[in-house]
Amino acid sequence: MATVELKNVSKSYGTVEVLRDINLELEQGEFVVFVGPSGCGKSTLLRMIAGLEDITGGELRIDGQPMNDVLPAKRGIAMVFQSYALYPHMTVFENMAFGLEQARLNKAEIRERVEKAAKMLQIEAFLDRKPKQLSGGQRQRVAIGRAITCDPRVFLFDEPLSNLDAALRVDTRLEIASLGKRLPDTTMVYVTHDQVEAMTLADRIVVLNGGIVEQVGTPMELYERPASQFVAGFIGSPRMNFLNGTVAAAHGAETYGIRPEHISLSPDAGDWRGRVILTERLGSDTFVHVEVDGVGPVNVRIEGRSEVHANDEVHLTPDPASVHLFDAKGRPIPG
Amino acid sequence: MKPPLWQSIGFYILVGVIVLQALFPFYYAILTSLEDGQALFEVNYLPRALNLANYQAMLSGGVFGKQILNSVFVATVVVILSLFLAVTAAYALSRIRFRGRGLLLLTVLSVSMFPQIAVLSGLFEVIRYFGLFNSLWSLVFSYMIFTLPFTVWVLTTFMRNLPIEIEEAAIMDGASSFTIIRRVFLPLMWPAMVTTGLLAFIHAWNEFLFALTFLSTDSQRTVPVAIALISGRSEFEIPWGNIMAASVIVTLPLVALVLVFQRKIVSGLTAGAVKG
Ligand SMILES: Nc1ncnc2c1ncn2[C@@H]1O[C@H](COP(=O)(O)OP(=O)(O)O)[C@@H](O)[C@H]1O
Ligand SMILES: [Mg+2]
Repeated sequence: MATVELKNVSKSYGTVEVLRDINLELEQGEFVVFVGPSGCGKSTLLRMIAGLEDITGGELRIDGQPMNDVLPAKRGIAMVFQSYALYPHMTVFENMAFGLEQARLNKAEIRERVEKAAKMLQIEAFLDRKPKQLSGGQRQRVAIGRAITCDPRVFLFDEPLSNLDAALRVDTRLEIASLGKRLPDTTMVYVTHDQVEAMTLADRIVVLNGGIVEQVGTPMELYERPASQFVAGFIGSPRMNFLNGTVAAAHGAETYGIRPEHISLSPDAGDWRGRVILTERLGSDTFVHVEVDGVGPVNVRIEGRSEVHANDEVHLTPDPASVHLFDAKGRPIPG
Repeated sequence: MKPPLWQSIGFYILVGVIVLQALFPFYYAILTSLEDGQALFEVNYLPRALNLANYQAMLSGGVFGKQILNSVFVATVVVILSLFLAVTAAYALSRIRFRGRGLLLLTVLSVSMFPQIAVLSGLFEVIRYFGLFNSLWSLVFSYMIFTLPFTVWVLTTFMRNLPIEIEEAAIMDGASSFTIIRRVFLPLMWPAMVTTGLLAFIHAWNEFLFALTFLSTDSQRTVPVAIALISGRSEFEIPWGNIMAASVIVTLPLVALVLVFQRKIVSGLTAGAVKG
């Protein structure tokens, strides 16, 4: 059953339309990620589900009930903000208890719920501290804990990792993923501009661009069958190579797309001949940037080490089964 | 690393000079207030006698007690009204988008640009028109013209630095507007309110020109004017002892307030430290 349903939802600020005709159905217990470039309206969409922004068109339903005019606190939703938004003057315990106090639970139950959430997130030791005495990662957990105590039907995250350093980001990402598994009935909606976060966390990804939904699907569907050139370029790292000109024209397309991992490189034979401009060695992979004669710059990913060096002459062969073709409007041409 | 000796000495000499220049006038006022009669006119820098006659004279003399109460009344009302209006205005100016917000903020600030003397005669007409002449409310009214711009300005800046997400988190937690103000906003605004409130209090407590102009009878006066108008038995005698005693008395409330609130003042001045 769908928990969150959006029907033709749109949002305008005055005459500026930032979201147009959004139709989505999120299943109960699903982990859904909204991903898209900065300014595409992800946060706005999330905040409309939360009730922090008015819905200027269309309808939002949660568990079948219309929610357009329901107060945020009455929607059965909890939200984790980008800046954590902990109350600086309250202890961790008070932060987590605040929402429960507003719901007029009795003291014993509040204590029980807060301690349960604190245990789950391993923040029991900090319950008496103020937010400023915590590290970034610990604050993040408190923010999640504050949301868990309210026992929401839907859990919203707005770029929760963007204030953490790179190493912590990976750890916290794993924790959020396991949180999703431990709360199997809670629907998670997670906003990010980072496609790696989207790919690793999501059951389903919603790709937004310029206020419209480009594609909805599982990570692998998006990777293998992108519904537009935008999605093809946005999902996958390193980025898909897009080639115009004769290569594309030979296939009757405007743009010829091939992912760096779907090209093989050989020193002596292949479809394309080119010269290596630059290599990036990551240990597990090597990215080779090649200027291909008559085609243009192409990025190739090679697993493990590679002995190619700048200025070497190399031959490339794209895997024909993994080619994506797009027309002038960026729509895929079935191959 | 220890700095060389001459640097330490230089540093402490400099500190000494600054402290001396700040505190000596007040110290001398205390000294003078404790002396009587002829002893006043002998220059001395250490207390010779402990004579409270001047204090007795001031406090039992009748109107001075009333005048202190006048000052307390005016300053307190000014602080309460300014803070109330400034907090509500700051909320609107920092949180609600409306046309002309920037211009309004600049206008508010530019009000405090005019020298008191420039608005004095116009203000006098206004006060006469409202029938406030010789009433303490004339001072409340006129002081707010000067305290409001800076309280509004400071609190607006402070409130802008409070992340809006904290407020939204409280909304998500189901807090009513009143709860948000009481449990989230006021505790966070408290240092800024103490600081601006104290500055408004000091301004109202020290103000002289309006107090001299808008009040005409002794029993209505506030302390700065009252002290300036203390006169001796004859035209040719200035009762320095009494004046100094009165000055010391009116300084004490300010010192007490600053001491009580000092920790909040420091955190108010380093505003923005509220971030997460
Ligand atoms: N209060 C507002 N008034 C006008 N435009 C806004 C407002 N809030 C956001 N926008 C616009 O809406 C668009 C989407 O914003 P947002 O949802 O924050 O993007 P994202 O989270 O995807 O980066 C942006 O172009 C932004 O400029
Ligand atoms: Mg955003």
